[in-house]
Amino acid sequence: MSLFPEIIRIMAYVVGVLAFVGLNAAFLVWLERKVAGHIQRRIGPKEVGPFGVLQPVADGIKLISKQLVVPAQADSLLFRLSPVLTMTLAVTVFVVLPFGPSLVARDINIGLLLIFAFLSINVLALFIGGWGSNNKYAVVSAIRAVSQNVAYEVPMLIIVITMVMITSSMNLNVIVSQQGNLLQWHIFPWNGSILSPLAFLIFFVCTLAETNRAPFDLGEAESELVAGFHTEYSGMGFGLFFLGEYASVFVGCALASILFLGGWQCPLGIMPGVHWMLIKTYLLVFVVIWVRWTFPRTTLYGLLNLSWKVLVPFSLVILLVTAAQLKMPWPF
Amino acid sequence: MMPLFTVEGLAGLLFFVFVLLIILGALAATHAADLIRAVSGLALCMVGVAGIYYFLGSPFLSLMQILIYAGAICIAIVFAVMLAEPQGVRKFRRRHPIAGAGGLVASALLTWGLASLALKTAWPQAPEQINPGALEDVGRAMVTTFLVSFELISLVLMIVIVGALVLARQGRSRAGPEKSSNS
Repeated sequence: MSLFPEIIRIMAYVVGVLAFVGLNAAFLVWLERKVAGHIQRRIGPKEVGPFGVLQPVADGIKLISKQLVVPAQADSLLFRLSPVLTMTLAVTVFVVLPFGPSLVARDINIGLLLIFAFLSINVLALFIGGWGSNNKYAVVSAIRAVSQNVAYEVPMLIIVITMVMITSSMNLNVIVSQQGNLLQWHIFPWNGSILSPLAFLIFFVCTLAETNRAPFDLGEAESELVAGFHTEYSGMGFGLFFLGEYASVFVGCALASILFLGGWQCPLGIMPGVHWMLIKTYLLVFVVIWVRWTFPRTTLYGLLNLSWKVLVPFSLVILLVTAAQLKMPWPF
Repeated sequence: MMPLFTVEGLAGLLFFVFVLLIILGALAATHAADLIRAVSGLALCMVGVAGIYYFLGSPFLSLMQILIYAGAICIAIVFAVMLAEPQGVRKFRRRHPIAGAGGLVASALLTWGLASLALKTAWPQAPEQINPGALEDVGRAMVTTFLVSFELISLVLMIVIVGALVLARQGRSRAGPEKSSNS
């Protein structure tokens, strides 16, 4: 392995991933505001550019040009570290996401594990941001975010273990290539587990909760907590949290489409490629946005009860049934 | 000494970066005045250790290190801190005059002991490259060769969980004896 091509390769991937994360966030901000507008019978942004598509650019320029204010009593080290850490973790995860048969930065054997390893630190980044702000609203929000993330990581990982049992691989590209056409998708009960539609539902709900999206966005409940853990952040500090949030929404939906909906494979088995990955993922992202503007926010107790009393037992049942089914091929 | 500007040379440089992360993280974990800063230092240290595992060709162990220690243990500590410590309380603790010197001596002895052990032991030559990921091997070893220790560890964890539940229930029934019956 010689050095020069390797460095070019790494730089190409870093630039590509960063560009994608930025464009993804810009597109999702625009999509979110447009969808929200239409759901609420208004038209959303329309002034900047055709259909308002340049609105995120204008917002970005505004954010970049603003001053970064560190509150006087805040823990300035943790306060500055938090948005950078959030962004870094979100970008790191993109390294193993397969966008196409060969369009993946590092095709490692345990890609699935890498994603969950790095996403599990994400909540620590949110917490030190909220704690370091030295603001009551931010601390309450950070505490909520931690308990919520801990609660929803459990059913999510159980579902992922179930999927690993079915696919017997943690390599995301291998998992995708097992699902050549529509009938082989893991979401259908005849592939692997009879409970996989339920598994998909639980995974999706957990994705919503893990990315702090409505109806589980208690960490940012505007009516009670101003803006949650990023209350004190101005300019691009806030912007980085935003980029990180949209990147994790994308990663969650991409994982759902890889595990259950065949990733970059075409439903009909013709012309697989990056376009299918993007179509499936953005359809799921659209559902995430749709859910946000349709359902009101839950309460904290409702949220924790849903995880510990409903999702955890159900995901354990799915795990057991799938294990039994894999050992005793059906009919039982 | 390997030339620096090759892939292997830069990887060797990364080794020192990871060592630096471990040392900085450990110093932050033990010396920070603020508990949350200490936890962040611990997480940094764990990430450094994970980097060393990755450097030594065991990506699975490295990612498990991040998932369990940086992801789960540090979050559990944060959980405990946020339940127990009100914000803004800093620890001001006067050390005993000889505590510093004693600690220095003890750590010097420990370092000397470990270093002499490491130098005297005839280490087996590390294999060139264990198969990448080695996930299946780990799984197979856990349910065959190391089954008893694996089960014993899970038994210990089970006891811990049941004990924690018992303690939590006791605390709750004392607070509200009427409510516990209809829950």
